Amino acid sequence: MPDIVRRPFFSIIALVIAIFALAPLWGNDVDLRESLVLAAVYITLASNLNLMLGYTGYVNFGSVVFFGLGGYICVWLVSAHDWPLGWSLLAAGLGVSALAFVFGAGILRLRGHFFALATIGIVEAVQAFASNFDPWGGASGIYLSTEVFAPLGGPRRALWVIYFAMIAVMGLSLYLSYAIKTSKFGLGLLAIGQNEDAAAILGVPTPRYKALVYSASAFLPAIAGGLYFFKSAFIQPTDAFDLTLSTEAIVIAMLGGQGTVTGVAFGAYLYEQLRGYLLTSDTFSHFQLVIAGALLLIIVLFFPSGLMGWLYARFPRLQRVLE
Amino acid sequence: MLGFIASVIDGVLVGLVYGLAAMGITLIWGVMDVINLTHGTMIVAGMFALYLLTSAFGISPYVTLLPALAGGFVVGVALYWIAVHRMVGRPPLMSLLSTFSVNLVLIGVATGVWGTVLFNVEVSVPGLTLGRYTFPGVHIVAAVLAAVIAAGLYFFLRRTRLGKAVRAVANNREAAELVGVPTTQVLSVAFGFGVSLACVSGVLIGTLFPFTILTGDSYLLKSFIVTVLGGFGNPVGALIGGLALGVLEGAVTPFVPVSWTLVIEFVLFVLVLIAFPGGVFMRRSRAL
Amino acid sequence: MKAHHLFAAAAVLAAAPIFVTAPARAADADTIVIGMTESQTGALNVDSVAQQRGIDMWRDEVNAAGGIKVGDKHYKVKFVVYDDQSVGGRVQQLYTRLINQDHAQFLFGPYSSGLTATAAVISEQYGRLMVITGGAEEKTLELGNKYLFQAITPAGSYLAGAVQVLASKNPHAKVAMVYSDDPFSKAVMAAAKDLAKKAGLDVVIDESYSPSTTDFGPIVNKIISSNADAFLGGGHYADGATLARQMYDQKANLKWVSLLVAPGDAKFASLGPAAFGVTTGSQWELAEKFTPQFGPTGAQFAKAFFDKYKIEADYHSASGYVGGLLLQHAIEQAGSIDTDKVAAKLNAMDVTTFYGKFKVATDPKHHGLQVAHKMVLAQWQRQNGKLVREVVWPDEAKSANLVYPINSTQ
Repeated sequence: MPDIVRRPFFSIIALVIAIFALAPLWGNDVDLRESLVLAAVYITLASNLNLMLGYTGYVNFGSVVFFGLGGYICVWLVSAHDWPLGWSLLAAGLGVSALAFVFGAGILRLRGHFFALATIGIVEAVQAFASNFDPWGGASGIYLSTEVFAPLGGPRRALWVIYFAMIAVMGLSLYLSYAIKTSKFGLGLLAIGQNEDAAAILGVPTPRYKALVYSASAFLPAIAGGLYFFKSAFIQPTDAFDLTLSTEAIVIAMLGGQGTVTGVAFGAYLYEQLRGYLLTSDTFSHFQLVIAGALLLIIVLFFPSGLMGWLYARFPRLQRVLE
Repeated sequence: MLGFIASVIDGVLVGLVYGLAAMGITLIWGVMDVINLTHGTMIVAGMFALYLLTSAFGISPYVTLLPALAGGFVVGVALYWIAVHRMVGRPPLMSLLSTFSVNLVLIGVATGVWGTVLFNVEVSVPGLTLGRYTFPGVHIVAAVLAAVIAAGLYFFLRRTRLGKAVRAVANNREAAELVGVPTTQVLSVAFGFGVSLACVSGVLIGTLFPFTILTGDSYLLKSFIVTVLGGFGNPVGALIGGLALGVLEGAVTPFVPVSWTLVIEFVLFVLVLIAFPGGVFMRRSRAL
Repeated sequence: MKAHHLFAAAAVLAAAPIFVTAPARAADADTIVIGMTESQTGALNVDSVAQQRGIDMWRDEVNAAGGIKVGDKHYKVKFVVYDDQSVGGRVQQLYTRLINQDHAQFLFGPYSSGLTATAAVISEQYGRLMVITGGAEEKTLELGNKYLFQAITPAGSYLAGAVQVLASKNPHAKVAMVYSDDPFSKAVMAAAKDLAKKAGLDVVIDESYSPSTTDFGPIVNKIISSNADAFLGGGHYADGATLARQMYDQKANLKWVSLLVAPGDAKFASLGPAAFGVTTGSQWELAEKFTPQFGPTGAQFAKAFFDKYKIEADYHSASGYVGGLLLQHAIEQAGSIDTDKVAAKLNAMDVTTFYGKFKVATDPKHHGLQVAHKMVLAQWQRQNGKLVREVVWPDEAKSANLVYPINSTQ
């Protein structure tokens, strides 16, 4: 661990976190904060998705299920059992990771297309289940009353607290990605991504590694989900398990460069800016999907290594500093 | 009891159409190991063809099957060259993403043009009434046509030269290339057929239920379930899988609150995938 | 080291855009900015667009008359409208933007209870007043709010008239309740079930379906198997219309059908014979004759709407319009555009407009819940071979007698 701290990339991540944290404070810019909180959510989701996608090559189409389940567990604990936010978030993270480990054991036996399909199936199954599960409000979902913000100092202050918490989660995601990549575990994962059978023969404990990384990739998104839905004071199955979000995470990972830490962060930020613009632009709001799709197609056809892949090809020395 | 039987029969009728809908995806998958994520949207394209042609020209709904077949084929071949050609043989992620991105573009454009308004095509075919239960005529016609088209596909693959070439490429591309089969052309034709099957099934489904641009998603998911149940790459398997799904829905509905049907379907889907990683009916790989 | 510098430079450059905030739009001196989202696309688009037409017409009329009178000055009304695509996540982002970037001073809620709930969180977090014309579910207003005001009848009363009339016609009716799995429909049907049981009716089915369902065949078979002779349920336009059509195609032969929302739309007539006899709770019908204390009469509203849009006004449009009308009245009464002063006026208002009565609960547990407005029961009937919608209950408002049972005359 100490070795990592000395590497320049470690400080770069710290710098990014600092920029995110300080920028909206300067001028009390609430609008910027809202935009950055979303960017932070995307960075978190995409980085954690990257653990599977970029390192082992397994496409998790259903990564949103971690986000949604984390949201449900957190909101449910806060509203039905009056738990404080902090503990609810932790419970959400641990609970979803545990579930992921169990599910993972089952579906990680599948390869390629089948794994991808299974992840879609899981999202749909969980969404359908949540719509029927009465303790979670069924299709109506769970509402939080305004009182839940009182321990955080009222709604306006709470939004800031949540924001900093989200930045922290984002930072942890980036560090987690980095730490795994530079570890022996990460090496094993990359080997699996290259050629799973060969890796197994050479001694990499593939089933255990896959299950571990799947579970690890669930922890922080679950907490992010808890924060996000707590902030929204409302969670519903259709919002919580929206496949569009997983899709966007994949687009971002590909845009930035799957398997790279920087690329994913960059990609998420760029994508969120684009999306924010498209959200309200009269001409383009209908074409958000078109542009996202076209972008993805171009990347897949011509720049499969994404932005960072392209940069590394041009400036090989960057690879010594960035990940 | 009668209600249960009626429900199951209705499930069989609808299931045949599900089977046809899935055949497009399973054909492409079997031939080139690519999952066509535009499949759902192509089904909707068929529905739109039905709507536009019947409202603009007033022709009989079932006549639109032919332009849907032809149009779908052309679109399919174009899709192949745009998004799929370079992805064959690459890791699954790439083809998934390329077809997925084309799908996003198609849905985005379609939503921009038509919005997400509900479209409805009125088709009046006398139904069959048994006791208190009526089987809408359109269900019966659609089921029969689905079976006919499936038979046509089977005949094509088994008896025609092109069909045999397709099976050869599916079985072993290199060997086929070595004996002189123009594999790239065959792949594009196969993709074209896959898409035209989706469009045709869309026309049939359009006669049964109303639809919006977004309806395609649920049929894509159903096609996945059918494919997993029936075995990928196997058109007969798709039909059987479709029947299984239809019967499941019909059998379960009378006993279980309707909203749980989806949960059961998807849980079953995941469980079957885990238990039979290649699909229930798959014995040989690429069994066309 | 060079690469390090390069990256630091790149980081700063990439971060630069976030320091360039969009120029703050100062509200023009004499305009009031009202923000809202509309479901221009997505599943809720039909009804949301109808609601928006009403709201837009109010704004055009007010501005044509010179604006809202606030003390000695007149303020023009400016709308900022975004497309929420019928998605809750977007609603929150957009309302946050409306408040923080577009400086909206007042807000209108989106269409549908689900989206209204998400918007309400934002308006309360930032302390803005929101008039709700498209969300009937009570729960949103029971979470402790200060600035929400509901202009329409809450969900619990949607089918009160239907149950009452059905029970009077057939005290032993077997009722099938099948409805969409969404907050609005569930709230309406839960209340209806209570009322039905109290009236002594036999509820033989109580099930919900996923809002994306297109095949109601299995459900209709279930209804037939249950020997139900009355039906209550549905959701919004798409599923309601399909359900009506499939119940007719499969000859469910029900004596009474009440659907939510869908029959309130003029398009429902396109279903032909499947539409005949279907009843619905309606927030407003032209046949209702209220004497307004301010604003147009029902006939005037309907005519102006038809002249402007060339289509008939339905209750969604009327709800949208009255939201603007009520806000205007409160601002004029308060002589100010200060949120708290206007809120105080809305809390005190007990008035009648073309739309009916308006009065909200003011206790903290239910603040903003509409307590005075009542629904009517409307039914599609045949007149000279054409399908028209008539008001059949209550007696004070009715324009035609109820047709019951509806299957004998098909």
